[in-house]
Amino acid sequence: MRPSTIIYALTLAFLLAAPAIGLYPVFMMKLLCFAMFACGFNLLLGYAGMLSFGHAAYFGFAAYITGWFATALGWPTMLSVVVGVLASALLGLVIGALAIRRSGIYFAMITLALGQLVYFICLQAPFTGGENGIQGVPRGSLFGVIGLQSDITMYYFVLVMFVAVFLFIQRIVHSPFGQVLKAIRENEPRAISLGYDVNRFKLLAFVLSSAIAGLAGSLKCLTLGLATLSDVLQWTSGEVVLMTLLGGTGTFLGPVVGAGVVVTLQEYLSDIVGAWVTVIIGAIFVACVLAFRKGLVGEIEAWQQRRVARRAGAAVKPEAAPEASAATR
Amino acid sequence: MAHPEQDIILETRKLVKEFSGFVAVQDVSIKVRRGEIHALIGPNGAGKTTFFNLLTKFLAPTRGGIFYNGLDITYDSPAQTARRGLVRSFQISAVFPHMSVLENVRVALQRPLGTAFHFWAPEASLAPLHARAEALLEAVGLAEYRDAHTADLSYGRKRALELATTLALDPELMLLDEPTQGMGHEDVSRVTDLIKKVSANRTVLMVEHNMSVVSSIADTISVLQHGTVIAEGPYAEVSQNPQVIEAYMGSSSATLQGAH
Repeated sequence: MRPSTIIYALTLAFLLAAPAIGLYPVFMMKLLCFAMFACGFNLLLGYAGMLSFGHAAYFGFAAYITGWFATALGWPTMLSVVVGVLASALLGLVIGALAIRRSGIYFAMITLALGQLVYFICLQAPFTGGENGIQGVPRGSLFGVIGLQSDITMYYFVLVMFVAVFLFIQRIVHSPFGQVLKAIRENEPRAISLGYDVNRFKLLAFVLSSAIAGLAGSLKCLTLGLATLSDVLQWTSGEVVLMTLLGGTGTFLGPVVGAGVVVTLQEYLSDIVGAWVTVIIGAIFVACVLAFRKGLVGEIEAWQQRRVARRAGAAVKPEAAPEASAATR
Repeated sequence: MAHPEQDIILETRKLVKEFSGFVAVQDVSIKVRRGEIHALIGPNGAGKTTFFNLLTKFLAPTRGGIFYNGLDITYDSPAQTARRGLVRSFQISAVFPHMSVLENVRVALQRPLGTAFHFWAPEASLAPLHARAEALLEAVGLAEYRDAHTADLSYGRKRALELATTLALDPELMLLDEPTQGMGHEDVSRVTDLIKKVSANRTVLMVEHNMSVVSSIADTISVLQHGTVIAEGPYAEVSQNPQVIEAYMGSSSATLQGAH
């Protein structure tokens, strides 16, 4: 518990100080939005064991809805965000209800196919602006009190939302619901035999994950002032999988680190190497999958646990050793 | 055999399960009497596990009916069956490996709390369940492993934990699928004693290979072969049945003694 609290505190201190140490606020906001997106995705993959290949649908759809409400209807900022989140949650409810009937690769394929359907709708629907997307989305103000025009103010608003989501996910994972979810991930038939209707739990997890992805999309739309097709693209769904795996699934900080690495590389490397950035990220991903299968944060946690176990020494029974290694494989 | 109907907790009527032409379970009609330990034995491939999966709804029967306390439960969902008080264990130890030992039992206890969908509630809201969870762990001899990572437990202890988790639901009827499979001699007798102990206020239906276990604790034995019941009765009677000796125990009397 102790080391993780210190790491959280350090991360938070870094994020609070980011604008002061010269990091470009718009870049940091984009990073936080993707980190939030990856955290939401990780809730589904890491804690419920469901791999969705169409998560950009919720991210991008919420961006469109928020953008449209804020621009065309002129709704206040917070309400537009809320509507975006509700829309993505509803979308998650519909797609999730269909997808959870299957598991494993079939589940992934259904989410992929329906994600593509959402992309198509966003391309064709009249309100999304087709290829152009929705541009000039106003940031507005928080409850008419705090104007968000300044990048610094907007950054701290996004940061507060990010911290709230981060804590919310921790709460979900440790809640009574999170316990059942973990049990389902660990051994679904056993969870059924304990009397749990596992599909309902999976669906709620799916909706929560979609809503968080939606919040991330809404905030990204406000930050950049636009909602575009790239947010609902299959490519973005793949990216969030990559971020989460790179950082470490089933760890709280993993998706944040993964998003940080990917977004930073894209931002700074693309100036230097151009299109090669895709190849470089691909190579890093392959190296990560081969060398640190638990992801960056996952490997550090595992190393930490091994150290604790070594220090405990005799407390670990010899008979447990081969089984433990087999289980973590 | 003049047992009144209300003494029957579980009954199957001409239960049939076909897998694309292959009949795994054929017209199996058994009656499990309340309060008994009822064992289901038979050679490999006799249809025991299929029969088990039918009872717990993990498989849907092709034909026939299942009655629990006189109620037709043939078309219940598996989770519904569990909530009725008919709880199963699995052939391969069914624990939640990456949860602590206490959490394994607690997750079974938390359903009656009605907060299973409360994703906003803190973990502390489950603390009132700890005393009961600890008592269950105590009962199966796992009290000292309360905070251990379940994956690190030995096989025998995992099975004991599974039993504690099943008991946490306080089932009226426990279905145990080979509870001593893959266990060392020491663990077998411990689990056997445990089953005997927990059967005090409930009914147990178990699939079991180990004849010494069956002979020592089962009140009634049904012998399954090729998907049908070929004999039924107490051990002393069934083990003398020539058909059973030939079909199940084969020529080897060693198997009959249950040297495991």
